[in-house]
Amino acid sequence: MSEFLQFAFSGLTVGAVYALVALGFTLIYNASDVINFAQGEFVMLGGMTTVFLALAGVPLPAAACLAIVLTVIVGLALYRFAIAPAQGAGAVALIIITIGASIFLRGAAQVVFDKRFHSLPPWFGSEPLRVAGAAILPQSLVVLAGAVVVVVLLWAFIERTLVGKAIVATAANALAARLVGIDTGRVVGLSFAISAAIGALAGILITPITLTSYDVGTLLALKGFAAAMLGGIGSAVGAVAGGLLLGLLEAFAAGYLSSQYKDAVAFLVILLVLFAMPRGLFGRASIERV
Amino acid sequence: MTLLRTEHLSIAFGGVRALDDVSLEVAAGVVFSIIGPNGAGKTTLFNLISGLYAPNAGGVRLAGEDVTGLAPEALARRGLSRTFQNLQIFFRMTALDNVMVGRHRHETTGICADLFHLPAVARQNRATRAAAMEALERVGLAAAAGRRAASLSYGGLKRLEMARALASEPKLVLLDEPAAGCNAVETAEIEAIIRGLTREGLTVVLVEHDMRLVMNVSDRIHVLANGRTLAEGTAAEVRANAAVIEAYLGLGGAQEAVAG
Amino acid sequence: MRALTEHRLAGVLAMAAIIAVLPLFFPSAYYYRVAALVFVFALAAVGLNLLMGLAGQVSLGHAGFMGIGAYAVAIGPTHLGVPSWLSFVIGAALAALTAFVVGRPILRLKGHYLAVATLGFGLLLAIVFTNEARWTGGPDGMSVPRLLVFGLPVRGADTWYWITAAGFLIGAALANNLIDSPTGRALAAIHDSEVAARVLGVDAARKKLAVFVISAVYASAAGSLFALLNGHITPDVSGFLRSIELVAMVVLGGMGSVAGSLVGAALLVVLPQTLTALHDYEHMVLGLVVMAVMIFLRAGIVPTLAGALAARRA
Repeated sequence: MSEFLQFAFSGLTVGAVYALVALGFTLIYNASDVINFAQGEFVMLGGMTTVFLALAGVPLPAAACLAIVLTVIVGLALYRFAIAPAQGAGAVALIIITIGASIFLRGAAQVVFDKRFHSLPPWFGSEPLRVAGAAILPQSLVVLAGAVVVVVLLWAFIERTLVGKAIVATAANALAARLVGIDTGRVVGLSFAISAAIGALAGILITPITLTSYDVGTLLALKGFAAAMLGGIGSAVGAVAGGLLLGLLEAFAAGYLSSQYKDAVAFLVILLVLFAMPRGLFGRASIERV
Repeated sequence: MTLLRTEHLSIAFGGVRALDDVSLEVAAGVVFSIIGPNGAGKTTLFNLISGLYAPNAGGVRLAGEDVTGLAPEALARRGLSRTFQNLQIFFRMTALDNVMVGRHRHETTGICADLFHLPAVARQNRATRAAAMEALERVGLAAAAGRRAASLSYGGLKRLEMARALASEPKLVLLDEPAAGCNAVETAEIEAIIRGLTREGLTVVLVEHDMRLVMNVSDRIHVLANGRTLAEGTAAEVRANAAVIEAYLGLGGAQEAVAG
Repeated sequence: MRALTEHRLAGVLAMAAIIAVLPLFFPSAYYYRVAALVFVFALAAVGLNLLMGLAGQVSLGHAGFMGIGAYAVAIGPTHLGVPSWLSFVIGAALAALTAFVVGRPILRLKGHYLAVATLGFGLLLAIVFTNEARWTGGPDGMSVPRLLVFGLPVRGADTWYWITAAGFLIGAALANNLIDSPTGRALAAIHDSEVAARVLGVDAARKKLAVFVISAVYASAAGSLFALLNGHITPDVSGFLRSIELVAMVVLGGMGSVAGSLVGAALLVVLPQTLTALHDYEHMVLGLVVMAVMIFLRAGIVPTLAGALAARRA
């Protein structure tokens, strides 16, 4: 039982990160139909930038905030220089562009930072808490709490502010949104900025547990995408549910089956979802008109 | 002989009953038109007959054979062909290449033969090219054969799609609004083409909004409204039908139909 | 003369002519080797081009099939005592079989769903190659026994130049044959409007599967040649970056253009070689190239040049 709980906790922790990456995907996808593969790099940038700023002497809290700001700038630059100029490109072309961007960011991180693994100090110490025979790191709770805060803030932003409504409108029908005066370019740019911030925060929170390095982004992006697909691409609730579920599946597979093929779980999930239930758990169906 | 028959055909999308219990019979060699207001289900009916949708209830019979739910490619093999309301032209190919694809079901070389360009393939290409040119001539597009389809006028594209559909030598061809967006001259050309088709023994099922064209070429007209059959009969009968006039033609439309 | 230049194989003959005289300009064996690499990747790119450029599908995991071919000629002689040439054939058959089995469900998807499914599949293959260390040597890879022809080992950069060039030219000729055939027209039709193609009698599902299998065989052949010429392979041969590089080659050279695949491969193989001083920046450059190509040069180099030439002539 305690083993089960152990796997469950570590699964939920890493699942929370997947959920945040998936949320970032969903936000951008909803606003612009773009699947942003550089989402994982935002997470990487959050962690790595914080580490190197701290190494340069900046106090940790300030380093973290600065890292988020810098990642947001990267996100905006990505939109401004890679996505916006590619108007009219098909869905596949856009994915390839964001893949190119993620490769570029990875290469840049390699040069600007280094190729080693780095860590950050945990927020509340590294002494594990004992719950029903399982050991949880305090940082796990920080990650989960952080995910909850992000989801709530995002929900409040979308539901309660005019800008949030503008994002929803752009997602529903970009042309109509433009016709009522919404600057859809700004809205999409904003979605990139928010996704970058979410990703960076996730990176900062998870680094004390999983460490970070210049190339963690690729796998994270794929798993975040698997989570978004599982939950139903376009659904924020789905993103969170998918992320947690994927984390759990991965942890149980690694624990009970084979830890070597842990990473394969996400890809198997992608394939299964696409074949068996393309809409995912909470997605909407679409009918093509001829 | 009845070439096409639908029996109580019904389909719903979510909560919307797009087609409800539609039965009709098309005799071989006639021009059979389906008319009705927008949203009446005309294109849905075509999509059902041509295998793009599967019905919730009811069936389709082609030359007596139950073809309900068969895929479009299987129906093509049985002599069915169609054009599309929103032009499904192969825009990146030339006009000639478009029509050559129409000959696909008469091409017999397999992938291996194609890969190694066996002599049969060269012969096949020549035969296909010749047949495609013939089809282009029939619709008056022979001069545009080598041009990219995207460079044709709208009316030209409509005729190209017809040529492509005819190149497969179908027994039954469904024409989905062939005159939509065409001016009077282009519409007259299309009318001439349609008349020529029945002279050759083809059966034509037509969806159209241009009432003059419909009344001129149709042997029988079937009226749909809100997914259901409203009326059916000869052009004269439908024109005078009060329910049809109210739902679709309108008094002005009825007069226009008579004048044409 | 017009008929000659428009002949289906004119491009291949032109490339063959250039390839035949090119070595006259090579100062050292190194150039032979780089050229051989170009031909290998061009071969894979031609296959991918049939899938993407002609049929309008997408595969972001195609390096996985290269991996199958590469590991076949490594594992066959090393662990199973199967001679290299036979392993080459078996690898191609395995790649074809894998493509056939996986392709059926995957090709029902479209757009970004198809893209991600192929991406996931390619990554799965790479993971298998990395993990099954007993067979594949794990992350550090394994060495590839030399190709033996009549008992004599094939060695020498110049020999491999001619072998890989022949492989590429054969692949290019077959591809050109396919394009100018009923199957090729059917695939091009599927690209523009799958619905219309089906209504005209094209069995779209079968055709797409066929071109997927063919492109997998091309990739496997390329992977085998790569392994034999390189003497050593790692799971990277089947990795994500390699798959993206292949896509970049196809798009950069020109979707649907066989000659373009050679151009795209040449650029993406030679560029990193010339930037050895900037080796650390390799990924940054690749990322920039991919982005720039997809944003500004989506038509590809060869079609753009051909279009400009045609406009000049008109």
